[in-house]
Amino acid sequence: MDHLPSLVAEARAAIAEAKDVSALDAVRVEYLGKKGEITTLLKGLGKLSPEQRPQAGERINQAKQQLSGELEARKRELEQAALDARLTEERIDVTLPGRGQSSGGLHPVTRTLERIEGLFTRIGFDVAVGPEIEDDYHNFEALNIPAHHPARGMADTFYFDATRLLRTHTSPVQVRTMESQAPPIRIVCPGRVYRSDSDLTHTPMFHQVEGLLIDEDVSFADLKGTIEDFLKAFFERDALSVRFRPSYFPFTEPSAEVDIQCVMCNGDGCRVCSHSGWLEVMGCGMVHPEVFRHSGIDAERYTGFAFGMGAERLAMLRYGVNDLRLFFDNDLRFLRQFA
Amino acid sequence: MKFSEQWLREWVSPTLSTQALADQITMAGLEVDAVEAVAARFDGVFVAEVVGKEPHPDADKLSVCRVDDGSGDTPQVVCGAPNVAVGQKVPFARVGATLPGDFKIRKAKLRGVESRGMICSASELGLEEETSPGILELPTGAPTGEDLRAWMMLDDTTIEVDLTPNRGDCLSVKGLAREVGVLNRLPLQEPDLAPLPAAHDAVFPVRVSAPEQCPRYVGRVIRNIDVTAQTPLWMIERLRRGGVRSIDAVVDVTNYVMLELGQPLHAFDLANLHEAVEVRTAREGERLVLLDGQDIALREGTLVIADTAKVLAIAGVMGGEHSGVNPQTRDVFLESAFFSPLAIAGQARSYGLHTDASHRFERGVDPELARQAAERATALLIQIAGGEPGPLSETASPDHLPVERQVPLRAARLEQCLNLVLPGAEVVEILERLGMQVVANGDGAWQVTVPSWRFDIAIEEDLIEELARIHGYNRLPVRRPAARLALRADGESRPPLARLRRQLVARGYQEAISYSFVSPELQALLAPGESAPRLANPISSDMAVMRASLFPGLIKALMHNLNRQQTRIRLFETGLVFRGDLDSVEQTAMLGGAICGARDPEGWAARSEGVDFFDLKGDVESLSSVGGDAAAWRFEPAEHPALHPGQSARVFHRGEAVGWLGALHPAVRAELGIKLEVFVFEVRLDALTEGRLPSFAALSRFPEVRRDLALVVDEEVPVQALLDTLRKRAGEWLSDLRLFDVYQGGGVVKGKKSVALGLTWQHPSRTLNDEEINQLIDAIVTESRQRFGAELRG
Repeated sequence: MDHLPSLVAEARAAIAEAKDVSALDAVRVEYLGKKGEITTLLKGLGKLSPEQRPQAGERINQAKQQLSGELEARKRELEQAALDARLTEERIDVTLPGRGQSSGGLHPVTRTLERIEGLFTRIGFDVAVGPEIEDDYHNFEALNIPAHHPARGMADTFYFDATRLLRTHTSPVQVRTMESQAPPIRIVCPGRVYRSDSDLTHTPMFHQVEGLLIDEDVSFADLKGTIEDFLKAFFERDALSVRFRPSYFPFTEPSAEVDIQCVMCNGDGCRVCSHSGWLEVMGCGMVHPEVFRHSGIDAERYTGFAFGMGAERLAMLRYGVNDLRLFFDNDLRFLRQFA
Repeated sequence: MKFSEQWLREWVSPTLSTQALADQITMAGLEVDAVEAVAARFDGVFVAEVVGKEPHPDADKLSVCRVDDGSGDTPQVVCGAPNVAVGQKVPFARVGATLPGDFKIRKAKLRGVESRGMICSASELGLEEETSPGILELPTGAPTGEDLRAWMMLDDTTIEVDLTPNRGDCLSVKGLAREVGVLNRLPLQEPDLAPLPAAHDAVFPVRVSAPEQCPRYVGRVIRNIDVTAQTPLWMIERLRRGGVRSIDAVVDVTNYVMLELGQPLHAFDLANLHEAVEVRTAREGERLVLLDGQDIALREGTLVIADTAKVLAIAGVMGGEHSGVNPQTRDVFLESAFFSPLAIAGQARSYGLHTDASHRFERGVDPELARQAAERATALLIQIAGGEPGPLSETASPDHLPVERQVPLRAARLEQCLNLVLPGAEVVEILERLGMQVVANGDGAWQVTVPSWRFDIAIEEDLIEELARIHGYNRLPVRRPAARLALRADGESRPPLARLRRQLVARGYQEAISYSFVSPELQALLAPGESAPRLANPISSDMAVMRASLFPGLIKALMHNLNRQQTRIRLFETGLVFRGDLDSVEQTAMLGGAICGARDPEGWAARSEGVDFFDLKGDVESLSSVGGDAAAWRFEPAEHPALHPGQSARVFHRGEAVGWLGALHPAVRAELGIKLEVFVFEVRLDALTEGRLPSFAALSRFPEVRRDLALVVDEEVPVQALLDTLRKRAGEWLSDLRLFDVYQGGGVVKGKKSVALGLTWQHPSRTLNDEEINQLIDAIVTESRQRFGAELRG
């Protein structure tokens, strides 16, 4: 009984010295286990007189609680240390790149086409597509461009024979839509078009998006509003200046070319805009009554507007690409820049 | 159309700067392409006469000249030009002059001889781009001592307008002046076009047998002209600024009047005309040697000018060499005709020609202009080259002349089209300024008579465009279109192309866009046996045939990158392919790809081995499952002539063959010089965008049972066949079938392979017991043994 203090001191020293959880557990068994020293003392209480018993019991229980607490504290300490060691050991260099496939990217023209389609479909336009090998009727005649019309010289056409050709614009898709669908019509027609022209600023194939809106009470004012909204949205510039210049297309009347304030120099004049401050970006106009007549649409009841733009041209301005021919080289060093 | 600003301003001169004038023209729909100063900046240059020339004492190539520059002095100058001669009129830069490039002329000594000033060449004055070989010789009549800039009218600009094909009326200074006058409300100052009295009565007979194509033919004989007469400098300069080279006095005058009034003219040497001029269509077998020396065979039906013996010219396109004005010409026959646009349209192009005359006639020349132009040309010719005019002869067919066009205009239509109410007075005012006659037709309607020069105005919308144009497009109202909102079904089971593209992008593919026409050789190599339409006029021989497959474009793109040190390539493309001959061509949208190089991008943790068939197949399977209906797809071994026979498969969708995938055939690679293995695929887009709507099946609350099975079969047995059998025999509660290993090597007999499969069953409403699963396994093993000789791996 009298050796309780030294027993406690001894046990505490052992707890402090335990290097790991299992050594600590051995200490617990040695002192607090079934046959442990403290347990044995508790068991020996029965031998004491009833007067001594409560006091001695209390002393032993105090010692037991103290040791239990210290054992627990030490255990937590050792577990924490073990965890710390493990965490240190498991440390990795998180700055190493991740594993697996890197992602690729869309072609800048696709990216541009998808954006244009998105802007228009959000306000109720549908996307329409059509064949690329076309006939003379849909590419020219139905668009008020009869044979020998000087405008045929405007687009150098790839022919297969006298009447079949590669479409020079996506307008035939508009014609086909007007043939098969009654107004109101709201479509955009993206796609490949072909002209036999190849130099620094022309490739024999390029992409267009044309749009067509036919309804009752559609005016040139609606055309202007739509085009202005579109260009501001496309370039994400609310203050973009847009101007309309009279022009000529056989399939629209009145017709206009659309210029925007140069997006490279903000209109100050630079190489891209030939120091004019303006960039020609698209053509448009009110659908020519002759085109309606070809498609059997009542030109007195319905009016409509059409517009067309080159996707490469817009992509070049949007992303600052300075060489048109890069679009069709498919050089990965080029393509990856648009991922 | 290129013209001198000074010339235009002689007709009409608004108080606008050059740039403001150019902007105004542009905004009126006549797009100005270029505005360029006629000459660079210089001053202190005068007209001088060379009065003395002696060889330089110390230099063979130099001479010592004296010039009279009108200042009373005759300065000595050293000159290096080989063509300098006494008596010449030359541009002389006095000491103190500044030449282009801020080059100051100072007193100098050249090889010891004093030189005070400089005799200039055209390029030294910035009049020519290329270095001139000698000094600029001025006409002998040039006034000594006159400031060269003023005398040559060099303070001028050339304005180039890119005219749209409808505005043939603006292909002249007069036409442009008319527009500028309209825009600025200014009258035109026309030159004197009064008829000249005839000096004799010689008339050359003209017979028009094609009046429909030539409704008006005006001719005139002019006798005794001096073809050697010098064209005046002002005319040469105006021609030059209009992009026309000076030839001789007669041709210069006809070109001048064409630029000025828009009427193409032709002058024949009267001595070479036989009996009469005939305007007719060409007969079979007729030929003509053109002014440019080309000998061409004429097509029947081409409108020609002929005499009774031979063809003289293609009407409205180009004259013949034989009948043209030449140094011996004394008498000329001047032609000023109206050819109908339809008669000329396409003719020049069909002979590979394009001339100033055909350009104008195709677009429409004012039919009322022929006489005026003939008078103007006669007056100028006589002024320059002398001669005596005969009477003007006119052969006209009023029935075939363009009829005066009457176009109705309604205020309501104008408002409908522009969303603008333009006051009636303004409508009338604008149209009248444009030379139209307007008669009010009661309530809000007008009858408009179109002037003879406006071939482009035929319908109400044309008038509306004119009103909008002169009112100003940018002053027209702006509004957003209104529409009824209509919802539309979106086809949930049909994944859009955009999603398929993104699936490949996520798997490391870059999208390519290649030309739809390819080299026939590459196509024959990569899609042999496929026919595709061939272009009649390809841009080059390697873009001559439409692609019948996406492979040629993809492989070309792949090779472009391999040649640029890129070794790991994953490309895809979507677009139409064209199969069959022209009459039955199918234009089918496809999605295809090509990969080569390492499986992973190079990196610290990357697998460095090269891609194989199964990398590509995984990509294709990932595409085919975008629509949620992977079960609709099958891949079957098949041979494709461009693919490795042992590593190629045909792709089937719902039983229909829709594509291919495989390794590029080693022989094809060798032919193309590609060292790396390349794997390609292409699949019809309509199949990929055909999906399945998800359909819910109740979740079972009962446990799954899994059994693994290793079957040893001949290595020739396709795993797909084994899987099909398993699925058939595994009963309706099979919920999953997985192939988790294919093994050949130690423990498996050579020529055999071990196929390890995991089968999972689950019943919706009860727990499956071992016994029934064992029965299924037995059935599977038995059937596999019977069909494929399969043994359970021990």
